[in-house]
Amino acid sequence: MIAIVDYGVGNLFSLASSVKSLGAEVRVTHQAEDLRQATHILLPGVGAFADAAAKLQATGLVPVLREETQHTPLLGICLGMQLLFEKSYEYGEHQGLGLVPGQVCPLADDLKDPTLKVPHIGWNALDLTPAGEKDPLFKYIQNGEYVYYVHSYYAKNCASNTLATSEYSIPVTGAVRAGLVYGTQFHPEKSGDTGLRILRAFAEL
Amino acid sequence: MVTKRIIPCLDVKNGRVVKGVNFEGLKDMADPVEMARYYNTAGADELVFYDITASVEGRTLFTDILRKVASEIFIPLTVGGGINTLEDFDRVLKCGADKVSVNSGAIKNPAIISAAAQRYGNQCVVLSADIKRVDGSFRLFAKGGRENTGIDALDWLEQGVRSGAGELVVNSIDTDGVKNGFDLELLDAVAQRCAVPIIASGGAGCREDFLELFRNHPAVDAGLAASIFHTKQVDIRELKQYLRQNGIEMRL
Repeated sequence: MIAIVDYGVGNLFSLASSVKSLGAEVRVTHQAEDLRQATHILLPGVGAFADAAAKLQATGLVPVLREETQHTPLLGICLGMQLLFEKSYEYGEHQGLGLVPGQVCPLADDLKDPTLKVPHIGWNALDLTPAGEKDPLFKYIQNGEYVYYVHSYYAKNCASNTLATSEYSIPVTGAVRAGLVYGTQFHPEKSGDTGLRILRAFAEL
Repeated sequence: MVTKRIIPCLDVKNGRVVKGVNFEGLKDMADPVEMARYYNTAGADELVFYDITASVEGRTLFTDILRKVASEIFIPLTVGGGINTLEDFDRVLKCGADKVSVNSGAIKNPAIISAAAQRYGNQCVVLSADIKRVDGSFRLFAKGGRENTGIDALDWLEQGVRSGAGELVVNSIDTDGVKNGFDLELLDAVAQRCAVPIIASGGAGCREDFLELFRNHPAVDAGLAASIFHTKQVDIRELKQYLRQNGIEMRL
């Protein structure tokens, strides 16, 4: 069973539907017991970092996630990926889960081309790193396939954990991994067939 | 780099896709779920659904359709039509919409833009505006393009972005249904004032119109059209191949 962590941020309909379309059993849950039973865990998220981090803490599930990710693969998506990092500088400075080394910073401050728009919205090509080329998460993906992004902040100082980036005048962190903890800044559940193949590979980990 | 986007728009009334010319004379086209499946395989980058139903029964039918589309098609879905309150945002987001487009609802109550942006994030709030030239300036129209609000359209959009709109759909009444190209003058004027993604709507008749739009107006991020895609006058896959061959980055 694949558990989708429901901590009251965002709309989980598409994510649950996309995983169901692969034939997997899905449970949208805020129960620790479900996370313990799950074969895989998805951590979604949209909105602001501080609000989402507080809501996730309030569920009491953070210690369970720490424990389970020792032996169960987890995939954080979009803000769910950002929560995996040590810190975010979105409106202040906020603590993340610290499962992946690095920080989440405003994209606007670092773009080399000031005419580019923030949020970074739309389809962008994945550039797999050497680690990404070999990673089972991308076993059904060709380098250069397009995925869908919507975000204004991005993860940095995480090169040794990066599996993929996308070019937006700078290489924007697209996917990361630390042990069994994975994260994608893009939305696999909104990235058409490419996204479904990434989710399928995750479900097979 | 991020690609330009090609977006088919489905106007849904009483469970069927319809599309008018200059907003009048609606003509039944097809089943929305079937069409969404077709567009997904044809390479559409995103889908826009406008609910143009007035009745409660029609609205229920629309949310059922939306749920069905969102449960099998995994590209971004934008939903508009009849969005007046945060409850309306909630209703369509729960059915699987990713973004919500407000138009007349924001004219009646501009505070809806900032309220929705705070609750759901800017990326979720798409401000859609029907714009027409009146006495040499761009005016904002309400009620599906039938009523001149007297508001300066460029001021309106700029203020909308400041309030939290994360994307703009710029629909030119002057070019809509004419199939003689997008309203490039209007789009340039909007791009001068607004730094969020701009979706051009109204006037596309052939693939060259999209090439002109993206090649010479790089501040425009996406092209939206309805009937030319529904009737396959322009095939989306062929259009995207053509644009890529001409140097426009496209997802194929």
